[in-house]
Amino acid sequence: MMMEKWEDNRAWYLVLPVFVVVAFSAIIPLMTVVNYSLQDIFGPGNAVFVGTEWYKEMLTDTRLHDALGRQFLFSGLVLLIEIPLGILIALAMPKKGWGVSASLVTLAIPLLIPWNVIGTIWIIFTRPDIGLFGVWINSLNLLDVPFDHTARPIYAWITLMAMEVWHWTPLVALLCYAGLRAIPEAYYQAARIDGASAWAVFRYIQLPKMRGVLTIAVLLRWMDSFLIYAEPFALTGGGPGNTTTFLSIYLVKLATGQFDLGPAAAFSLIYFLIVLLFSFIFYQALLNVGRGEKIS
Amino acid sequence: MGLMLEQVDKLVGREIHLKEIQLEFATGSRNVILGRTLAGKTSLLRIITGLDKPTRGRIMVDGQDVTGTTVRKRSVAMVYQQFINYPSLTVFDNIASPLKLAGIPKSDIDHKVRRTAAMLRIDNLLDRLPSELSGGQQQRTAIARALVKESQLLLLDEPLVNLDYKLREELRVELQQIFEQRAAIVVYTTTEPAEALMLGGHIVVMDEGRILQSGPTAQVYHKPATTRVAEIFSDPPINFIPGKVHNGQAWLGKHIRLPLGGHITGLPEGEYAFGVRCNHLFAAPSTPADIEIRAVVELSEINGSETFIHVAYGDHKLVVQNDGVHQLKIGREIPIYVNPCHFFVYDAAGRLAAAPDRACSV
Repeated sequence: MMMEKWEDNRAWYLVLPVFVVVAFSAIIPLMTVVNYSLQDIFGPGNAVFVGTEWYKEMLTDTRLHDALGRQFLFSGLVLLIEIPLGILIALAMPKKGWGVSASLVTLAIPLLIPWNVIGTIWIIFTRPDIGLFGVWINSLNLLDVPFDHTARPIYAWITLMAMEVWHWTPLVALLCYAGLRAIPEAYYQAARIDGASAWAVFRYIQLPKMRGVLTIAVLLRWMDSFLIYAEPFALTGGGPGNTTTFLSIYLVKLATGQFDLGPAAAFSLIYFLIVLLFSFIFYQALLNVGRGEKIS
Repeated sequence: MGLMLEQVDKLVGREIHLKEIQLEFATGSRNVILGRTLAGKTSLLRIITGLDKPTRGRIMVDGQDVTGTTVRKRSVAMVYQQFINYPSLTVFDNIASPLKLAGIPKSDIDHKVRRTAAMLRIDNLLDRLPSELSGGQQQRTAIARALVKESQLLLLDEPLVNLDYKLREELRVELQQIFEQRAAIVVYTTTEPAEALMLGGHIVVMDEGRILQSGPTAQVYHKPATTRVAEIFSDPPINFIPGKVHNGQAWLGKHIRLPLGGHITGLPEGEYAFGVRCNHLFAAPSTPADIEIRAVVELSEINGSETFIHVAYGDHKLVVQNDGVHQLKIGREIPIYVNPCHFFVYDAAGRLAAAPDRACSV
C-alpha cells in the first residue's frame, strides 16, 4: 500500500521559537550596533545619520592600530605556546589506571575558576611585597628593575601570558587527550611492526588523527584570546601606559568611558569581522594542511 | 624450518591468555587459527609478532630463539580487523611506508608498490587518501602494506570481519591466490568455519587460550577430536543428542534405535553423545537408511536461499539446515531425518569415539 503523502507548510511553525530566540539574542542586538555605527548620538531621540564616517575614523585611529597590533602579538604568542604545550601534556598523560582521573581533575581545576578570581590570584601571586612568585624572583636579584607587573610593560606581559597559559592550556590538553584516546591500539601496533620511530608515530598517526580536536582547540583559543578582557582589566587595567590595552579594553574605554557610542559601534563591527575572518582562515588552513603529504 | 612455539604461556595479571601453546608452522605454509571471540587468537598473534613477550616458553624462527627480539627486528607483517592506514598519507605512500622505513632505494620502492597495488587491484587509487576510499579498498591498502614488505611471517587477524558479505567473499578468493604466490608463513585467524575450510592448509583450533586440536584443515573438519572442537568447527553449531550403547544396541535419546553398523560398529557399551552437523539433518528422508526424529518447531530462520529450522527434541535443541525458503508454524511437530552414517560419536569424556566415513558423504 502506498503511503499517502501529507503536505503542509505548518512545519515552519516548529522553527519559529528558535528563530525568535536567535532574533532577540543575536540578530536584533547586532542590527542595533549596525544602526549606532551609522549615527552620531547626542542623547535619547537625538541622533544624526553620519554614514561611514565612524568607520573611516576608526580605521585610521592610531590607538586602534596599536591595540590591534598588540592583540595579534598576544593571540599569536598564546597559540604558539598553548597548542604545542597542550599536545605535550596530552602525550605525557597516563593512559590507564588511577593516574587518568587524577590528571584529568588536576587539569580541569584552572578551567573551573571564575575569570576575575584568576586575575586576583595572579595579582597576589606576583606581588613584589607579599606574592610567592614576586618575592622569590626579586630575592634572586637577577633583574635590574625589581619585578612588579605595573613597573614595566614586559613584566605585565609576562604575567598576562602566564595567566592565560595557566588558565587555558588545560583545555587544549584535554581536547588533545580525547583525540589521542580515540586512536585504536592497532595503529600503534602496526607502526611498531613497520619499525616506525616515536617521532614517526606522532607525525603520521597521532598528529593527523588529532586534526579534528586541534582545529577546535586553535579556533577556541584564537577567538578567546583575541577577545581577552578580564585578565588585563584585573591586572593593570590596560597599563602600564597603554601596553596591555588590547582591543576589548580599548573598546570598553571608548564606549563606556568616553561614551562615544557611534565610533565604539563601528569598532565592534570591525572587531567582529576580524575575528570571523581569521577563524575562517584558520579553519580552512587546518582542514587542508598535510593532505597527501609525503613520508620523508 | 619455520616458526616454532615451545610451551608458550601468557598471563596478564592472574588472567590466563594463553596456556601451553606448542606449535610448528613450516616455511611457506598456510595456517588458520580458528576460535571463537576471546579464544586467544589475537594474543597468540601478538606473541608471534613480538608485540608481547610470552610469560613462559620460547619462540624459534628457523631454529633461532627470537623470544627476546623486539618486533622492529623481526620480519613480520600484520593485517588487522580494523582498517589501519596512515590517515594523512596517500595510498601510494601508505604502501611505500614500510619500504621507506626499511631504507630501500627509491626506484625499487616505486616498482614494488605498483606491483603490489596491482595485485590487490588498487593501482588506480594510488593518489587517494584512506578517508576517500571504501572499507574494502581501505583494507586492500592495508593488506598491500603488509604484503609489500615480503616478510618471513604474514599475519592476518580476522581481516575480513568488518567487510560486508559480498566484499568478504571477493577478497577471500583473491587472498587465497595471493597466498599461493608467497614464500612467507601465512597465519590467518578467523571465527568462521567456512572461511577456515576455504583457506585450507593447516588449522589450529583454539579455545580459552589453549590449543584443542591442530592438523590439516580438512582432516580436523572430518575428525574433530572433542565435542568442543566440533562445536567451534561447525556453523551453525553441531547438534548433539545423548545416547548409549547397551546390550549390542545403540540408542539415540531414549526411544530411537540405531543400527550398530558402519562406523559405529564395535563401540563398547556406555553413554555417548551423538553429534550431527545441521547440513546432514533433513526435513524429508533422502536414503532408505535414514532414521526419523520427531521434534517440535521453535523457530524457522530464513538465511538467503536456506532455512535454518530450530527444533526441540525433548530437552535438546537441534538446528536443521534446509534448502529453499520454508515457513513453518511454531509449535508444530515435524519429522526430521538423518542418515546414521553421519553421526560423530563422542564418549562420556567428550573425546571422539567414531567419526563418519568419507564414503558416507551422500
